[in-house]
Amino acid sequence: MSTPYAKLPAWADYGLIPLINLFVAFVVAGFVVLLVGENPLRAAVILVEGAFGKGTGIAFTLFYATTFIFTGLSVAVAAHCGLFNIGTEGQAYIAGLGIAIVCLSFDSTLPWWLTFPLAIVAAAVVGALWALIPAYLQAKRGSHIVITTIMFNFIAASIMVYLLVGPLKPAASQAPQTRNFLAGAELPKLNWIIELFGAKIRSAPLNISFLLALAMAFLVWLLIWRTKLGYEMRTYGHSPKAARYAGISETRIIITAMMISGALAGMMALNPVMGDQHNVAIDFVSGAGFVGIAVALMGRLHPVGIVLAAILFGMLYQGGAELAFEMPAISRDMIVIIQGLVILFAGALEHMFRPYIQALFASFSPRSVGMEAVKGKGV
Amino acid sequence: MAQAAIELIGINKSFGAVRANRDINLEIARGTIHGIVGENGAGKSTLMSILYGFYQADSGEIRVGGQPASIKTPNDAIALGIGMVHQHFMLVDNFSVLENVILGAESDALLKKSIAKARSELERLEREYGLEVDPDAIIEELPVGLQQRVEILKALYRGAEILILDEPTGVLTPAEADHLFRILRQLKDQGKTVVLITHKLREIMAITDTVSVMRQGTMVATRETAKTTVEELAELMVGRRVLLRVEKGEAEAGGVKLAVKNLTVKDTRGVTMVDDISFDISAGEIVGIAGVAGNGQSELLEAISGIRRAVSGSVMLDGKPIDLTGAADPGELRDRGLAHVPEDRHHVGLVLAFEENENSILGYHDDPRYLKGPFLNIDAIRNDAKDKIAKYDIRPADCRLKTANFSGGNQQKIVLAREMEQDPGVLIVGQPTRGVDVGAIEFIHKRLIAMRDQGKAVLVVSVELDEIRSLSDRILVMFAGRIVGERGPEATEGELGLLMAGVEQQEAAQ
Repeated sequence: MSTPYAKLPAWADYGLIPLINLFVAFVVAGFVVLLVGENPLRAAVILVEGAFGKGTGIAFTLFYATTFIFTGLSVAVAAHCGLFNIGTEGQAYIAGLGIAIVCLSFDSTLPWWLTFPLAIVAAAVVGALWALIPAYLQAKRGSHIVITTIMFNFIAASIMVYLLVGPLKPAASQAPQTRNFLAGAELPKLNWIIELFGAKIRSAPLNISFLLALAMAFLVWLLIWRTKLGYEMRTYGHSPKAARYAGISETRIIITAMMISGALAGMMALNPVMGDQHNVAIDFVSGAGFVGIAVALMGRLHPVGIVLAAILFGMLYQGGAELAFEMPAISRDMIVIIQGLVILFAGALEHMFRPYIQALFASFSPRSVGMEAVKGKGV
Repeated sequence: MAQAAIELIGINKSFGAVRANRDINLEIARGTIHGIVGENGAGKSTLMSILYGFYQADSGEIRVGGQPASIKTPNDAIALGIGMVHQHFMLVDNFSVLENVILGAESDALLKKSIAKARSELERLEREYGLEVDPDAIIEELPVGLQQRVEILKALYRGAEILILDEPTGVLTPAEADHLFRILRQLKDQGKTVVLITHKLREIMAITDTVSVMRQGTMVATRETAKTTVEELAELMVGRRVLLRVEKGEAEAGGVKLAVKNLTVKDTRGVTMVDDISFDISAGEIVGIAGVAGNGQSELLEAISGIRRAVSGSVMLDGKPIDLTGAADPGELRDRGLAHVPEDRHHVGLVLAFEENENSILGYHDDPRYLKGPFLNIDAIRNDAKDKIAKYDIRPADCRLKTANFSGGNQQKIVLAREMEQDPGVLIVGQPTRGVDVGAIEFIHKRLIAMRDQGKAVLVVSVELDEIRSLSDRILVMFAGRIVGERGPEATEGELGLLMAGVEQQEAAQ
């Protein structure tokens, strides 16, 4: 049987429907704000102004977005191969170890533009290797990747805690983190770009890894839709049987996709570690891996959508912080509720309004929804 | 004329933008067998699902026995005396016949009384309609034909006066089908009304009193069966004249292309599905494998094409061995000139979510023609897809359209175009025309014969006996994992039917 709903034009599919979902999420969030006795409209203004109103806000928004682009791409690459990588969190966390080794070894001798590529490679390799084990278990032993990657998040966290309170901690320090990096491992800021547009920035962590994230988004697009490997991944993702028929090795494709996913997750660590804190601290990923799942879903697994969704979530993080500051009745937890609503409507319920919109399109212009091509409910 | 059992007046049903039923008017007379034919996607199943309460019509009226009826759920339909036998049986495999019959119609919290009542009721039904089934048999131990009988009993037990059968003979041997028809005639003689949905015109001619033809969601004609012909019905279904028999010359068989020796294959549960099979296919001939679905044909195809690992046996392709028990994978076989059109095009032969052009390279995506280094050569792929669309008349002619949006026949053409255009030495085809409309069947058969005439070795596996008989130069019959007989194309249906049912060769010869 063919699908009961015909397709929509691309702009409605990728633009209109996410916007409607987002709008509904904010309306519902508005009721929550009303419930705690604040003005939802004013809250919305503070949120948006906090994120985009001033140069510093924009820089913070994009800083957070950088993190989410990496984790969103990581989830998306695995998802195109039909694998649900919940281990982005752990892969990013353990990649901090790779970065720490590179930075602590070379920050006194090399300039940043030599340390950075080394750190990219180290982060990607460590992240990929951390994803390799669950991938191997899935491919060879049939252990479900969702279960194993969740468990590997805990293992990664435990290892990092051990290292950061032990071997990696400077002897005299009481903080569970590495020593601060020297200038040779500090990434240059990108605030000057925003300042070009006349905005003033006091201090914000937006750094060059934002550009790396955009480059990766382009490379992921190239990989998925323009390479043979991406074609094989998508074939396996849609239909493992068809992949077998096409002579695609299941083991190879699962392991390759998961390692690419892990490498992207690992690169996420560059942004906070080298771009902002200049050390590796406990829990520096702080849930960005899980936000990546929402970002990937909301971005419909497409790099452009992921970049936009990452910026949206960056806005919620930055604007949310401002909101919690301006409106004491709205606590940090309220912001989490709003983020949760966005995830609910944009991710879990993303198809809720689709039938209505399709019916609407069909009544205006049957051709635009591919009526002629679809034969209808078959026998 | 008898009073109408069912009247459908102005039925409309859309799914999103798709109008599956448009202004359907249909009157089914009481005490008759009424056939409904149409191509896949013509809206037959939708219409019957509306009648049985699975879907609600957007507009229109249903009258049962002259009274307007509101059928919102299958329970409403059952209360009105409408019963349905589905194409895929709705039986609990590890329950007994009795337990299945009373399922959902238990009269008491304790089963004892219901079972006793059902037992006496079944005995009555058995007497009246010749529906013999052992009430204590476990469903999974019964052959398919008997399972279907249980479905019919279920409907009758619930007091069905009107029985709808959806493609009932798809899984039956010819002998089982004949028995089914006898039962249906008996039901008719007792005053029941039977609605038969099928795409097999021969069955329509054999058993129905009246036949209605659907095309693209509309009811195009209703005829008295005695006053119509197969040709007329086919033309009504397709909307143009159709050649029903394939015209082909004599085969000019050359040397052996594919030699299968002592092949044994087990399924995932470890049950032997292909049991020590040997056969050859020569260049320039079509070998057909007939058999009732589930007798090992699928596993045979999967093994020969490298998808499923064989347990033992040897296979020679062009005189060189293939290691089907170990390393052989579909990619390697493809490179050696063995193309495969799989039975299940929705999950194996195609990726429905892909654009048409992406599917036109599936399995051949390693071919340097479609690549630029590690990158796909998008222009080459799309141009290649456009050529195939033109050559195989795939509609709509849009290589960027999602494959799921093509009809069954056009999807099959996409697979055939891909496999045939690689110019393979051996082509193995599973169910070449399953779920394909009449117009496309003609095209596909012609293509297969053209392959043969170019000197390719073609292996066709089909559960459609007519198809096997009209395409094949040699017919092998499979039963319970073995080849139980080889016949020429002149073999009669009865002869093949006995072999398919597992009757020993000697007996068949008598």
